[in-house]
Amino acid sequence: MKQRVQPRTLFISLSLLCLLAIWLSLALGPVSLPMFDTLCAGLRLLGLPVSEDGLQQAEMILGQIRLPRTLLGLAVGAVLALSGVAMQGLFRNPLADPGLVGVAAGAAVGAAVAIVGGAWLGGMPDAFAPYLLSFCAFVGGLGVTALVYRLGRRDGQTNVATMLLAGVAMTALGGAAVGLFSYLADDATLRTLTFWNLGSLNGASYERLWPLLLVATGVAVWLPRRAKALNALLLGESEARHLGVDVERLKRELVFCTALGVGAAVAAAGLIGFIGLVVPHLVRLLAGPDHRVVLPASLLAGGVLMLFADLAARLLLAPAELPIGIVTAFIGAPFFLFLLMRGRG
Amino acid sequence: MLQVEGLYLRRGSNEVLHDIHLQLPPGQVVGVLGPNGAGKSSLLSVLCGELAPGRGRVTLQGRPLADWAGQERARRLAVLPQVSSLSFSFRVEEVVGMGRMPHGTGQRRDAEIVEAALQAADAWHLVERSYLALSGGERQRVHLARVLAQLWPGEEGATLLLDEPTSMLDPLHQHTTLEAVRRFADCGAAVLVILHDLNLAARYCDRILLLEQGRCHAFATPDAVLTPAALKAVYGIDVLVQAHPERGHPLIITR
Repeated sequence: MKQRVQPRTLFISLSLLCLLAIWLSLALGPVSLPMFDTLCAGLRLLGLPVSEDGLQQAEMILGQIRLPRTLLGLAVGAVLALSGVAMQGLFRNPLADPGLVGVAAGAAVGAAVAIVGGAWLGGMPDAFAPYLLSFCAFVGGLGVTALVYRLGRRDGQTNVATMLLAGVAMTALGGAAVGLFSYLADDATLRTLTFWNLGSLNGASYERLWPLLLVATGVAVWLPRRAKALNALLLGESEARHLGVDVERLKRELVFCTALGVGAAVAAAGLIGFIGLVVPHLVRLLAGPDHRVVLPASLLAGGVLMLFADLAARLLLAPAELPIGIVTAFIGAPFFLFLLMRGRG
Repeated sequence: MLQVEGLYLRRGSNEVLHDIHLQLPPGQVVGVLGPNGAGKSSLLSVLCGELAPGRGRVTLQGRPLADWAGQERARRLAVLPQVSSLSFSFRVEEVVGMGRMPHGTGQRRDAEIVEAALQAADAWHLVERSYLALSGGERQRVHLARVLAQLWPGEEGATLLLDEPTSMLDPLHQHTTLEAVRRFADCGAAVLVILHDLNLAARYCDRILLLEQGRCHAFATPDAVLTPAALKAVYGIDVLVQAHPERGHPLIITR
């Protein structure tokens, strides 16, 4: 069989890549900072005693704009990748996507309600609008996932096949609802809605970052604790039960982590596809399917991929900026096809 | 010891199990035979707690099965299903290693057990292969090794339930598999195995439960159960039963 990358090698390379991605993400943009200045300013922001000669501008750009944006990218990428692992484990299918349980569709409906509804009510105060949007997206995602989960339950058992189909139906329904809101919206609102649906790390601020960081930390601490149980679940639900896993509880936790994680990520950065599908798949191709490796490696790789995608979004059409969902889809979809073809050969 | 008393089970409007009494004593291999739809797999599902019986009690070491905590039970009771749906490229040693999950015996001991279980299932040569690259029969042997590892070394108090473990195996491995199961029982484990091959059952089982439409037609030694009259009544086939020329157990020949 194909040689696997040793977990230790994988973690070291991913950590180095992650540091590089953070550095580039801090240095590059409309105002490109010299790499060394970035490093010094970054160290100063960490509280290290580096002299501040000529670094005031760099420090301000870093602290106010690029650091929150970088942290947002890392957290969104990590949480989407972890949710992808959780869903692929839940559905025991390496091609499952966090969107399957309807969380993305629900968030999109929530956002549409906030954007179009806000415009109808004569416009929210500017300071308030982004929070309303995030809140509605989060609640929408969580609500639809809860509904899909309920629909999949019968006699105290969760049927993942029913859940999957219910998720597909809810996604279609959500698409129709968003379409209806788009039809009702005026031009300016429509533009906001469209761009939100394509995702962006633009406008990151510490206020919008905290809730996501909190959720991301929770998911990143919780899921790896269940890595062995997730491995057993891949054998099948009854097999996992015979190995002593409380399967119903595990499924509940997986759905909850995904709903919370994707909900928070979408609320903070809009709909960003393919990270949750491609990253775990890629990690498994490199290091095998053991969740004790796949979960932490996906966390790192998700952050790295997200930062590189964001760099591409910022730099390709500079000074204009591409929505990052377009970039991840353009990178992710062909790459995924390539992996599929290679795996088949 | 796994024990069943007065077991009834309905699925929809059908009664699939009717008043079944069964004990799995340590050191014995109990075979379950019966035509398709006789209730063999339903019985196994009730015995491992996947289905709740309509009436009757299932107890493991005197305690109702449902009262056991998952891990505690998994250390005493292992189940090999007919087919498994693993679609991720685990290595064979990782699949078998999952059998050690309910235990906290440490990596080194687990690795020894994984090797011993794979050797018992005659699958040690597959250890570094990817599970997905294996044939159906090889996968079946790997899963057998997994459940053996879960209860290794098979001492008294361990119960193993096997649903047609030989269905995909070539003749040689049908025998090596059941010999491994036999040795496991000889160490003190209780084994229940669903089989279709009457001659395999005659050779390797201590007792045989013959099911007919959810009812117990007979539950006794192979000599007593595998008679032309019983097989005619349950399966509707005409057979000759002779003693095996070398081993003495019944040999069933269709006429």
